[in-house]
Amino acid sequence: MSMDMVGLEHWSLARPELFLAVATALLLLYGVLRGEVATTFVSIATSIALIITAVLLFVPYREGTAFAQLFITDRLTTTMKALVLISSAIAILMSRAFFEHAKAWRFEYPLVVSLSTLGMMLMISANDLMSLYVGLELQSLALYVIAAFQRDSVRSTEAGIKYFVLGSVASGMLLFGASLIYGFCGSTAFVQISQALLAGKAAEIGTTIGMVFVVAGLAFKIAAVPFHMWTPDVYEGAPTPVTAFFAVAPKIAALSLLVSVLMGPFKPLFPQWQQIIVAAAVLSMGWGAFAALRQPNIKRLMAYSSIANVGYVLLGVAAGTERGIQSVVFFLAIYMVMNLGTFAVILLMKRRNVMVENISDLAGLGRSHPMLALSMMIMMFSLAGIPPLAGFWGKLYVFMAAVEAKLFWPAVLGVLASVVASYYYVRIVKVMYFDESEEAIDPSFSGMNRAVALVSALLVALFSLLPQPLSAIAAAAAKGLFP
Amino acid sequence: MLLQAIAFYVFAAVCVASGAMVVVSRNPVYSVLFLILAFFNAAALFVLIGAEFIAMILVIVYVGAVAVLFLFVVMMLDINMTRLKEGFLDYLPIGALIGAALLAEILFGLGVLGGTHQGTVSAFTKAGTQMMTVDNTRAIGRVLYTQYFYVFQVAGVVLLVAMIGAIVLTLRRRPGVRRQRISDQLYRPKEESIALVKVPTRGGV
Repeated sequence: MSMDMVGLEHWSLARPELFLAVATALLLLYGVLRGEVATTFVSIATSIALIITAVLLFVPYREGTAFAQLFITDRLTTTMKALVLISSAIAILMSRAFFEHAKAWRFEYPLVVSLSTLGMMLMISANDLMSLYVGLELQSLALYVIAAFQRDSVRSTEAGIKYFVLGSVASGMLLFGASLIYGFCGSTAFVQISQALLAGKAAEIGTTIGMVFVVAGLAFKIAAVPFHMWTPDVYEGAPTPVTAFFAVAPKIAALSLLVSVLMGPFKPLFPQWQQIIVAAAVLSMGWGAFAALRQPNIKRLMAYSSIANVGYVLLGVAAGTERGIQSVVFFLAIYMVMNLGTFAVILLMKRRNVMVENISDLAGLGRSHPMLALSMMIMMFSLAGIPPLAGFWGKLYVFMAAVEAKLFWPAVLGVLASVVASYYYVRIVKVMYFDESEEAIDPSFSGMNRAVALVSALLVALFSLLPQPLSAIAAAAAKGLFP
Repeated sequence: MLLQAIAFYVFAAVCVASGAMVVVSRNPVYSVLFLILAFFNAAALFVLIGAEFIAMILVIVYVGAVAVLFLFVVMMLDINMTRLKEGFLDYLPIGALIGAALLAEILFGLGVLGGTHQGTVSAFTKAGTQMMTVDNTRAIGRVLYTQYFYVFQVAGVVLLVAMIGAIVLTLRRRPGVRRQRISDQLYRPKEESIALVKVPTRGGV
């Protein structure tokens, strides 16, 4: 309200976001003036802009709140934003071959992805229910558009509409919860909500009901059971590069938001939300494991796999301890690499000039393209949680944090669900190496995707040699929430 | 005071009556027009309690955009509204039940049916304790561009995404559409556009 609101120090905290917004606007202008021929340039430039934004997060690194406490940056938000930016940049680079093949390679795609990433950064940095909502809406609206991006395909359009309608319902629930919280606490600012709860000035029952609505809205965005119904249909219907993007960046952003909401304003209500998060975690792990067992379509399979993985992350959130949050960051970083690598292979599934997406289409890959099959095998074993691959360490961290917080039964159920889920991951390996096929897929059309697959396989396979840096980053990020 | 009470009852009665007409009316165009009437009366009710900003928003957003959009849909698309209304009587009981539940909730909340929750109500009204010394448009204007400047800017970006999305998903470049390009017309060389033919007398072309 005073003059310092417009001061430069506020802008400098949001410098990465500002850079991304301006870069996207300029590229949009360039694309509009040049037309379709500019698409490849715009997509590469957008990826570079996203990477520069990630660098700006750390050089120089700043902490604090800005814009009348609506915006906050600390170690946790910075780490999460870096993960989101890297996965968006790689998702854009991986999408070119597919969209060119589908004759839908238009310059708006990378720009809408970039705007959605901007929304993710804003929601990660939210420090008020209002900035939370606008960030979330910016992200979601862009996601609805790219789900329907292949507009001549009925399935893509259907995915877009389904996602839009169900997403609006979730936003409505979130807003209703926010209005209840405002009513019962007298403020929308995270700090003041938590103060009102601690001082006993807020009506606790009303606030708890509001919080449950907000958590339900966020659970929809991360596709946790029982708010997961849209996930398999949208993942299957959306163009595959969009599915790859959906499976990584928005999940990381929404989970980070969930962590900062639960550990920030609603920390005094820990006993209330812990049961909700534990229930969602156990149900997600279980449903993600069992529903995918007989799934022939690999995109649907990855949808269920992402539901199960969200369950593991929620287990770390439910612990509510510093170790729990550390395990969340650790798991999400590994999850990002594994999923981008897997989707890089899925995006290469082309036979006789038609993109295919059934698991059986991978048959014979072990003989025709041994390196690609090897990277896919490493990724699948890692997702199944087989030591010494990276995925194993992620799950181990989460389960250890849960056990330390005395969540014994959820941890045991999580291990059992992980055993069940390993069946369908290993089945893909079996299909690649032991099933006969008349004609293997021909993945020679995109060097970019093969490079992403190989690099992520290397990272996942060699992770055990040097796990300390990631673990240290995760620990530093979690410390931000526990001053 | 009396004048205000008369105005309230007139606006409220027209609002409820036109709301009923929206559902009952046979012609869908009349339904939409009654909907607009209901919005106008609701806006008048908001003015009566001193919330002129919401009143204006109601008129601009609901009447200006939503209702006109409805009218377009009804008139442009071939929707058989009488067929849509066929299940009306089947759904009447459940609709009435939901309405009764909402009414009961309001009455409970006002304490008419007993069981006032003093604590809850006081916590609920805590947010609005600051007395308004300025009218509410001015009050919103004071914080919108200062305290909530950030939210305002992000809302602008959301609108940009909506615009890009609408264009991406609907704009099609159809082949074979003839558009006038004046510069092309002006730059046409003489050789392309004019053919001089020597026509013999009585010969025809």
